[in-house]
Amino acid sequence: MEGVKLNMENKTNSKIDLDSVFSVKNVSVNYGDFVAVKNVSMEMYKNKITAFIGPSGCGKSTLIRSFNRMNDLVPSAKVSGEILYQGINLYDQNVDPVQVRRRIGMVFQKPNPFPKSIKENIAFGLRVNNMTDNLDDRIEKALTQAALWDEVKKDLDKNALDLSGGQQQRLCIARTIAVEPDTILMDEPCSALDPVATKKIEDLMQLLVNEFSILIVTHNMHQASRVSDYCAFFTTKATEDGRRTGELVEYNDTKTMFTNPIQSLTEEYISGRFG
Amino acid sequence: MSNELELSKKRVPLIEQFVKNFIKLSAFGAILISIAIVLTLSTEAINFFQSPEVTLKEYFTATRWTPTFKNPEYGVLPLISSTLYIATIACLISFPIGLFSAIYISEFASKRTRKIIKPILELLAGVPTVVFGYFALNWITPNIVQKFIPGTGVFNAISAGMAVGIMIVPTIASISDDALNAVPKGLKMGAFALGSTKRITALKIILPAAISGIIASFILGFSRAIGETMIVTIAGGQYPELNLDPRRAMYTITSSIVNVSLGDTPHGTTAYNALFALGITLFLMTFILNLASDYISRKYRKVYE
Amino acid sequence: MNSIKDLTKTNKEKSPKEIIFLCVLYLCISIAIITLMTLIFDILSTGSNRLFSDYEVGLVTKQQINNPQDFLTSLDSRDPLKAGIGPAFVGTLWLMIIVIFTTFPLGTGAAIYLEEFAPKNKITRFIELNLTNLAGVPSVIYGLMGLAVFVRLAGFGRSVLSGGLTLTLLILPVVIVASREALKAVPDTIRQGALALGATKFQAIFRQVVPSAIPGMVTGMVLGLSRAIGETAPLIFMGALTYVNYYPDSPLSGFTAIPIQVYNWIGYPQADWKNTSSAGIILLLVMLLTMNSIALVIRNKFEKDW
Repeated sequence: MEGVKLNMENKTNSKIDLDSVFSVKNVSVNYGDFVAVKNVSMEMYKNKITAFIGPSGCGKSTLIRSFNRMNDLVPSAKVSGEILYQGINLYDQNVDPVQVRRRIGMVFQKPNPFPKSIKENIAFGLRVNNMTDNLDDRIEKALTQAALWDEVKKDLDKNALDLSGGQQQRLCIARTIAVEPDTILMDEPCSALDPVATKKIEDLMQLLVNEFSILIVTHNMHQASRVSDYCAFFTTKATEDGRRTGELVEYNDTKTMFTNPIQSLTEEYISGRFG
Repeated sequence: MSNELELSKKRVPLIEQFVKNFIKLSAFGAILISIAIVLTLSTEAINFFQSPEVTLKEYFTATRWTPTFKNPEYGVLPLISSTLYIATIACLISFPIGLFSAIYISEFASKRTRKIIKPILELLAGVPTVVFGYFALNWITPNIVQKFIPGTGVFNAISAGMAVGIMIVPTIASISDDALNAVPKGLKMGAFALGSTKRITALKIILPAAISGIIASFILGFSRAIGETMIVTIAGGQYPELNLDPRRAMYTITSSIVNVSLGDTPHGTTAYNALFALGITLFLMTFILNLASDYISRKYRKVYE
Repeated sequence: MNSIKDLTKTNKEKSPKEIIFLCVLYLCISIAIITLMTLIFDILSTGSNRLFSDYEVGLVTKQQINNPQDFLTSLDSRDPLKAGIGPAFVGTLWLMIIVIFTTFPLGTGAAIYLEEFAPKNKITRFIELNLTNLAGVPSVIYGLMGLAVFVRLAGFGRSVLSGGLTLTLLILPVVIVASREALKAVPDTIRQGALALGATKFQAIFRQVVPSAIPGMVTGMVLGLSRAIGETAPLIFMGALTYVNYYPDSPLSGFTAIPIQVYNWIGYPQADWKNTSSAGIILLLVMLLTMNSIALVIRNKFEKDW
């Protein structure tokens, strides 16, 4: 019987004082009567990079969308269980989902800059959140933090769609961090990019993690072993009606997971025997 | 059956040839229809302009259209002005109602609500124009216009304009809805992920991205308003002089075509030919607008890809 | 930095600007819907006055016209309470038959050619461009063209044939587009499969693709037809406006049609004519509703889920 594998006790690190950013307890996400991911419990820590890995279809993207209440936009989606963000239940009645999305940013798989100028792409989020003081400074800071400033500073009015794929994705990261979130969710941010652009983003993540907590979904486990501090491995289990529900198999710090995985499924995935 | 390998082409049966030619002719018939329209309108229109009583100058500058009077006057100006006037009233009503309805359907309504509202709009689109004309004359004029705007006659441009406006709403709404839905979902998600509300996302992100389709729908709506016949004939009345007071009757190009033919005008008379002059004027106006609409929707469509 | 408590302080989707905007949206959609309802209600109430009323004439003779059948079968009259829509109804039926028999072959034929056989060259694009333009031409222009071509040139005179042919040309672009959509919906694997069995292109198209597309084509025909029977402007030049009070007996006979008759009645000033016009409109709307329902049934029952 599978289910929860909460591995706080198995941390081989010494007792570093780790702030918990997300506290997930028995969370399941349904679409109508289809259970996309079941019974996940875990903690995610501040200023660390946590990776969700596993074969496709096990609900990783669905799960992180419940962390910034993007699932609210899908009418049939239902989230059960408890997601505490810095102590506050994200799904409490009094919580404003619009504010949540400002605090917990998201970068998508396919870069989706607005068909506007580079400047306007970043200004949009700032305006929407009433952060329009020192607009130009904020824009420059965001682009710098996203390692894009030098490449675009000469022409901020250029249309964002004229940028390369990697640059567009860094622009999307820039506009996300411009609104000053605490956490950034990244849903397979590099899968549409070439290796050079991918490396740039991975390097960028190492810089960003000093200021933000990062949660990345990736189907590339090598990437996970490269960039992440903690790793959560998911897989699917078939249900009675023939559909597959995602489940958390193992959660550990990355080093341990890749050298000394506890579950055999994890070991098989990591050694490439499936997925 | 022979056992030899028969790979040479078989003879095409007669019926196949016949059908192939038939469908080809049918398709080319489209060109034929266009030619027929342009030819018939032009030849009679040319006859009109060549008649002794009519000069091009008079056509475009005189301020009365009275072809059946004893001393006929052939000024198209009052007709064009009335046509544009009523069309403008119609668009002032239909653009906001149509566009906001489209925004509601595409960005705010639940699936269930959409399933109810879209058929209702299609129903509205299927109402024959003579019914709208009846509605304008017998309901809108007494119950709305005459109640709130003093001095309005039984035949007036406001009622006609309102009815034409409502008639066009489904056109604007459905084309705009298509344009809004064609915007890639990634843009919407990106905006929400930054903490944007539905309203801001709809107005600042989706609407601008769909603007070419929306403008194309506006132009198309305007073109339809100009070409509308029965509503303005029934509710707009006749007033062959230049009139800028919407509370009184206004005589459009289309209603004057209808009214002249009512008199059973004999072929070959100037009045008969005048119909075609009006026809070609109307045709050119709507043709140019339709081309513009098509061009805009095509040229600016891929801006966000 | 804002504290985490900000998450519970606001509800941005419920802020005034959002609510006002939502109200504007509701208002707009309501205007459209309420107008439709008002229209239908007004027509039903005034029309039923005419269709279900008793009428007594004189002190000695009593006539009762109180059911829709009489309205349907009576001739027009100077008396709004006696005027019936018989000739116009039959005229419309004649028009429908002519339209069906000319539009269906031409429309579906052109669609099949354009969709399946036409080479993708400039000429084909030109044809398609023409069709798009024709769809936007005001119906009164088709009337003028019909007057010149069918009434005069072809010598059909002001007859139901001229009217029907004019209507055909009017709805042809619509029917062609609908038929093309129906053909597009047939998956390419059907065509490939037929060809792979040794069928010629002609056989593959006409024996496999077209039969699968027939429900969609019929639906398109019905929708085009429902547009045609509601049209008034193109028929005006067919002399249908002059006081025609007889049933057409041949394609070359004079005629009147429901929308024309209604238009005439609307023009009469006496108050009772309002009810009569409404009654005519009810008939028209019932016919449209029936036809659209048939189209829906065909679509649901016969269209395949590939």
